[in-house]
Formats: sequence, structure tokens, C-alpha cells
Amino acid sequence: MRPRVRPRTLFVCLGGLCLLSVWLSLALGPVSLPLLDTLRAGLRLLGLPIAEDGLQQAQMILGQIRVPRTLLGLAVGAVLALSGVAMQGLFRNPLADPGLVGVAAGAAVGAAVAIVGGSWLGGMPEALAPYLLSLCAFLGGLAVTALVYRLGRRDGQTSVATMLLAGVAMTALGGAAVGLFSYLADDATLRTLTFWNLGSLNGASYERVWPLLLVAVAVAAWLPRRAGALNALLLGESEARHLGIDVERLKRELVFCTALGVGAAVAAAGLIGFVGLVVPHLVRLLAGPDHRVVLPASLLAGGVLMLLADLVARLLLAPAELPIGIVTAFIGAPFFLVLLIRGRT
Amino acid sequence: MLQVEGLYLRRGNQPVLHGIDLQLLPGQVVGVLGPNGAGKSSLLSVLCGELQPDRGHVTLQGRALGDWPGQARAQRLAVLPQVASLDFAFRVDEVVAMGRLPHATGQRRDAQIVEAALQAADALHLLDRSYLALSGGERQRVHLARVLAQLWPGQDGATLLLDEPTSMLDPLHQHTTLDAVRRFADQGAAVLVILHDLNLAARYCDRILLLEQGRCHAFSTPQAVLTPAALKAVYGIDVLVQAHPERGHPLIIAR
Repeated sequence: MRPRVRPRTLFVCLGGLCLLSVWLSLALGPVSLPLLDTLRAGLRLLGLPIAEDGLQQAQMILGQIRVPRTLLGLAVGAVLALSGVAMQGLFRNPLADPGLVGVAAGAAVGAAVAIVGGSWLGGMPEALAPYLLSLCAFLGGLAVTALVYRLGRRDGQTSVATMLLAGVAMTALGGAAVGLFSYLADDATLRTLTFWNLGSLNGASYERVWPLLLVAVAVAAWLPRRAGALNALLLGESEARHLGIDVERLKRELVFCTALGVGAAVAAAGLIGFVGLVVPHLVRLLAGPDHRVVLPASLLAGGVLMLLADLVARLLLAPAELPIGIVTAFIGAPFFLVLLIRGRT
Repeated sequence: MLQVEGLYLRRGNQPVLHGIDLQLLPGQVVGVLGPNGAGKSSLLSVLCGELQPDRGHVTLQGRALGDWPGQARAQRLAVLPQVASLDFAFRVDEVVAMGRLPHATGQRRDAQIVEAALQAADALHLLDRSYLALSGGERQRVHLARVLAQLWPGQDGATLLLDEPTSMLDPLHQHTTLDAVRRFADQGAAVLVILHDLNLAARYCDRILLLEQGRCHAFSTPQAVLTPAALKAVYGIDVLVQAHPERGHPLIIAR
């Protein structure tokens, strides 16, 4: 078989890449800072005793803009990638996507309700608007996922196949609802809605990052504890039961983690596709399918990919900014096609 | 030890199992034979708790099967399904190591058991191959090694259920597989194995349950069960039964 990268090597490389991309993400942008200044200002922000001379500007840009943005990117990437692993395990299919259970569609509808509904009410209060938008998106994602999960249940058992079909149907329904809101929206609202649907890390603030960071930590702490069970689930549901796994509980946990994680990520940064699909796949290609490696490695790789995509998004047309969903789709879709073609031969 | 009494199972309005009494004893291999649709796989599903019987109770070591916590049950009862689907590129030793999931015996001991189980299933040479690159028969042997590893070394108190473990194997590996199962039982495990090959059943089983449309046609030693009259009645085939010239067990020859 193809040689695998040893887990330790992989973690060292990913850890290094992670630090490097954090550094670049803090340094580069419309106002690029010297790398060394960035490093010194960053260490100063962490509380290390470093002289402040000449660092005022760097420190301000970092503290107010780039640190929250970088944290947001790391958390969104990590959570989307972990959710991707959870869904690919649940559906026992390496090409499953976290959007399959309807969470992204639900969040999009929630956001559309907030954006368009808000404009009908004469505009939401300026200060509350971003929070209401995030909250509606989060609740929309949770509600639709709960419904899809309900639809998949019969006689105390969850049919993954039924959930998949219900997810497809709910995604189509969500698309129609968003379409309807777009049709009814005026031009300015439509623009807001469109950009939200393309995703962005722009305008990150600590207030928006904290809730997502909490969710990210919870998901990152919980899923790896179930790594062995996830491995067994890949053999099949009854095989996993014969190995002593409470499969119904595992499925519930996987769906819940995904709804929570993707819901919070979408609420904080809009719809960002392909990360959840591509990252776990890439990790498995490198290090094999064992979830004890795939989960932590996907967490790191997801963060790295998101930060690099964000760098492209903000540097390509600087000082203007490309929605990050466009960047991830441009990277992710061709990658997916390559996987399909390679898988066929 | 697995036991069921007065088992009755319906699917829709169709009874698929009717009045089955069965006891799997330590050290014994019980073969289940019967034509397609006789209820062999349904019986196995009931015995491992995947299907709830409409009447009758399954007990594992005197305790109702449903009352066992999943992990404790998995330490005592392992099941090899007919086909397992796995679409991820695990190495063979990783697949077999999944059998150790219910145990907390530590990495070193698990690695020894994985190797011993692969050896028993004559699949040790596949150790570091990708599961996806194996043939159907090789995969079947890897899964056999996985369930053997789950109950290793097969002491008294372990129960192993196998659904047609030889269906995809060449003649040599049909024998090595059932040899391994036989040795497992000799260690003290109770084994139930669904088979289609009458001669394999005659050679390796202590007792044979012959099913006919969900009912027990006969349940006894191979000599008592595999008679021309019984096989004519259940399968509708004409056979000669002779004693194996070297081993003495019944040898079934189609006429």
C-alpha cells in the first residue's frame, strides 16, 4: 500500500504550518506589517516583556483587527473540518459533506429571515444586527438538523439513508426559501444576503469569536474521545454494535456536534463550502483513516487551510476583499473532481 | 454460553422461526444447515440481539441478552456477518485491532493478539496491506481474524457466531478457517456456524441444527442428522451417505 506519513511527523508539520499561517495572517493585509514587528507585537500582546518602541501601529492593527480575524479563521476551519470527519464517519462515506444533514441550508434560511425580515422592519438596531443575524443563522441550522434527524428516526432507530434523503430535500427547500427572500428583497438587502452566502472573515470582533471558540473547544474536546467508536462505525452499524458501541448514541452525538459546530461557524462567518469535505479527505490520504489521527490532524489542517484561503481572499484584490467562500470553492471543487477521477481509475 | 428456548419470530405475517430450542455449550461447534430461506440468518440475528423475537428469550451466561451492557457483552459475544462493507483504506492489522475495542488490554498485548488471530485465520502475510486492496476471500479471513481477536484466546464463556464464514474461500482456506474455529472451540469457546457445505459441517461440527422453513428438523450429531432421508426431506436431494474412510464422519455424495 501507499506509504503513510507517520502521525508524529504529520502533527509536527501541521503544527509548524499552523504557526506559520497564523504569523502570515497577522502580518499581511491591506496594511502589511514587517514580519518581525508582527512577531514582537504578537508576543507583547501575549504579555511577554518586549519594548513597545515603534510597535504602536502594529499592536493596534493586531489587537483590534487581525487577532480576532485569525482566531475566527482558525476556529471556523477547525470546526468545519471536524464536522466533516463526523459526517463522513456517520454516513460511512469518504465524500460526505457537513452540509448533508441540512445544517448549512437551515442557517442560510435563518440568515435570510434576519437580513430581509430586518429590512422590512425598517432596519434592525445597528448595534444588535450582527448578533441577531448570527443567532438566527445558528438557530436555523439547529432547527433544520433536528428536523432531519427526527425524519430519519423510526422505532427508536435512526436510518442514516433516510437522514441523507431528508437532508437533500431540506437543502432544496432551504434553497427555495432563500430564493424567495432574495426575490422579495430590495437591492441593498440583496447585496448583504449574497455576500453573507459567500462567507467572509471580514469584520471579525472578539464578541463574535468567543461563542464560536467555545463551541470549537467543546467539539474538539468531545469528538476525539469517540475516535475508536468512529473507527468501528466504518465497519457498519451492526458490526459496531457487536463491538459494544452504543450506535444510536454515537449517531446522536455526531449529528449534534455537527449541528452545533457548523451552525456556530456559519453564524460567525457565513457559508464557507468545501473545507469540511476536502480537509478530512486530504488528511486520510496522507495518514490513513484511523480517527485517532484524522480528528486532531483535521482540526489543525482545517485551521491552516482557512487562514491561507483568507490570505488569498484579502490579498488578491487588495484593498478590496474577495468573499472567502469563493476562494475555498475554487480550491475545493477542482480538488473534489480530482478525487472522483482518481477514485474511478 | 448462549441459550434460547421456544423461539418464535415473525416478519410481517410470515413466521420465519418456529419453536427453536438451542443451547451453545462451551467447547462445542454447532452447525446450522438448511436451504435458502430456512431462517438461518434470522436465527443468527436473534441470537446476537439484532432482531427481537416475538416469543422466547435469548440468554447469555444466564442473563437476558438485552440486559448486558454493550461493552461487557462484546467481550463475550462476537459475530461475523456474511459481508462487511468498509470503504476506508485501513491497514489489515488496524481492521483486526478493532476487535480489541471492547477490551482494555493495552497496545502491546493487543498487537500480540492481532498477530495471533491473523495467524489463526491464515492471513498474517496480509498484515500491512490495505484492506481495500484485498480480494473477497482475503477480506473474509481478515474479518474472521477480527472476531477471533475480539474473543481471544476463546476461553470458556466466549461465544462466537459465524454467518457462512467460508462462502468466498478456496477449498484450502475453507478448511483452515474451520480448523481455526475448531481450535477456538477446543479452548472452551461456544461456536455457532452457518454453513452450506454438508461435508464441511459433517467434519467440523459437534452438533448440527437442520432447519426447514423456520422449524427444527433435527438437532443432533452429524451422524444422526445427515441421513439420506433427512436431506431428501429438507433439501429434496438424493444422496449417498458413507463413513469417511480415514475420519469416520459422514461423507455426503450426491447421486
